[in-house]
Amino acid sequence: MLETLAEMFSYTFLVRAVVVGLLVALCAALLGVSLVLKRYSMIGDGLSHVAFGALAVATVLHAAPLAIAMPVVLLAAFLLLRISENSKIKGDAAIALISTSALAIGVIAISVTTGMNTDVYNYLFGSILAMSGTDVVLSIVLASVVLALFVLCYNKIYAVTFDETFARATGVRTGLWNMLIAALTAVTIVLGMRMMGALLISSLIIFPALTSMRLCKRFKTVTLCSAAVSVICFCVGVLVSYLAATPTGASVVAANIVAFALFWTLGVLKGRFGKSHRVDKGDG
Amino acid sequence: MALIACQDAAFGYEGKAAVSALCFEVRPGDCLCVVGENGSGKSTLIKGLLRLLPPLEGTLVMGEGLKPTEIGYLPQQTAVQKDFPSSAFEVVLSGRLAARGIRPFYSRADKAIVRRVFRSLGIETLQNRCYRELSGGQQQRVLVARALAASGRLLLLDEPTAGLDPTATQELYRLLTEQNTASGVAVIMVSHDVRNAVRHASHILHLHTRQTFFGTTDEYVSSPVGRAFVDSLAPQPSEGSHA
Repeated sequence: MLETLAEMFSYTFLVRAVVVGLLVALCAALLGVSLVLKRYSMIGDGLSHVAFGALAVATVLHAAPLAIAMPVVLLAAFLLLRISENSKIKGDAAIALISTSALAIGVIAISVTTGMNTDVYNYLFGSILAMSGTDVVLSIVLASVVLALFVLCYNKIYAVTFDETFARATGVRTGLWNMLIAALTAVTIVLGMRMMGALLISSLIIFPALTSMRLCKRFKTVTLCSAAVSVICFCVGVLVSYLAATPTGASVVAANIVAFALFWTLGVLKGRFGKSHRVDKGDG
Repeated sequence: MALIACQDAAFGYEGKAAVSALCFEVRPGDCLCVVGENGSGKSTLIKGLLRLLPPLEGTLVMGEGLKPTEIGYLPQQTAVQKDFPSSAFEVVLSGRLAARGIRPFYSRADKAIVRRVFRSLGIETLQNRCYRELSGGQQQRVLVARALAASGRLLLLDEPTAGLDPTATQELYRLLTEQNTASGVAVIMVSHDVRNAVRHASHILHLHTRQTFFGTTDEYVSSPVGRAFVDSLAPQPSEGSHA
């Protein structure tokens, strides 16, 4: 086991991928708790499709992928949030419109110039080779911001997630917080999608939150548990993908599926046999 | 001196007034019930009182040192909240957020206030329960506790009994009346439930895109506006056949 790990980490690209992946998984899980509870899960999915479109166009233009994708996806995040909040087109339909449009534009841009090649395949399903030194630096910055945000502003995030109307009435600028969370989600997605794949990255946002909600009953425990589940699933996924030569992104998602099934079963069992002591231990 | 006073105020969106000619005040210990049909401007008035909408004309003044964020607000419940993983304690503690300002963490004093609110409402047993596992009536009582934790002086309740069964409704009114009379907390309540409003409120504000009545409940019941509204919206059960 230790030898396998030592062998794994003798490859620089793998070290980079694991560092970026762990940090992205952590950020995605934390942000995901708020997004899933606010019924914004689909925003994560929509953003990943927009990111694919942007990366495809960047490839065609021979531009740096991050330099194009980052601003485009940030813009899309603001747009999607605006649409979900107040619009004549309902949020879920709007997200479907935007994500399929972005996919279509990306596919056309590529097929007109280079044809469908491994680059496209890698963007869709992820590649562990894609992480550069810049990505490592960026993901460390991102993770620091997200962690600082959740430690220092935990109470505000809780209030905005649980009851936006009440939070606004008590003087919290909820619009600003929503924007901040959407922007951080956008950065997380752009960083993570080249490794996880545009079609798979949203699982990092949605799975951990849903998994921990099967068992945890308090916001704090849900948040902590999601972070832990996400990080563990990522490690397991990468290890399995290394040993069994399976695609990394898909392996991580598979690990998340197993974790979800496990938590769900435990939740059902707990619900069936634990009715007698429904009082949670401890207080706020 | 009034906690809140409106002088010829109007509130609305994009320069168009949704409710106007507002002239009323709420004093400590009052229980004001805002009634009116759908679209009569009740929700707009709430946004105005919370300072989420500026008055288009007239003034809204807060007295007795009441800060704009010191209103204990009880919004209508959303679908998101019904299955939110959170302990009731966390929910009520979030009521202290405005008092925190930019300081990031709740203090021991905040937690003590929250525990006191739980005690005063007689719901200590709910403190460590999971919010989504509570009944509708229990959830609503927890939200009242959050509003009280935010302000011990003025509660603003938006349809507090919507979706509650008759027993839970009566229980909630009992709780509110108790806070109102015993602790002198002023209450502003928006309600469809005119019959109960008339029974529990000290003052009534009737809206129909403008203020059509403001006064004590006794005056309201004998006024033409009040009589017509109570008769049309709340028929006696025996008269249900022609509803």
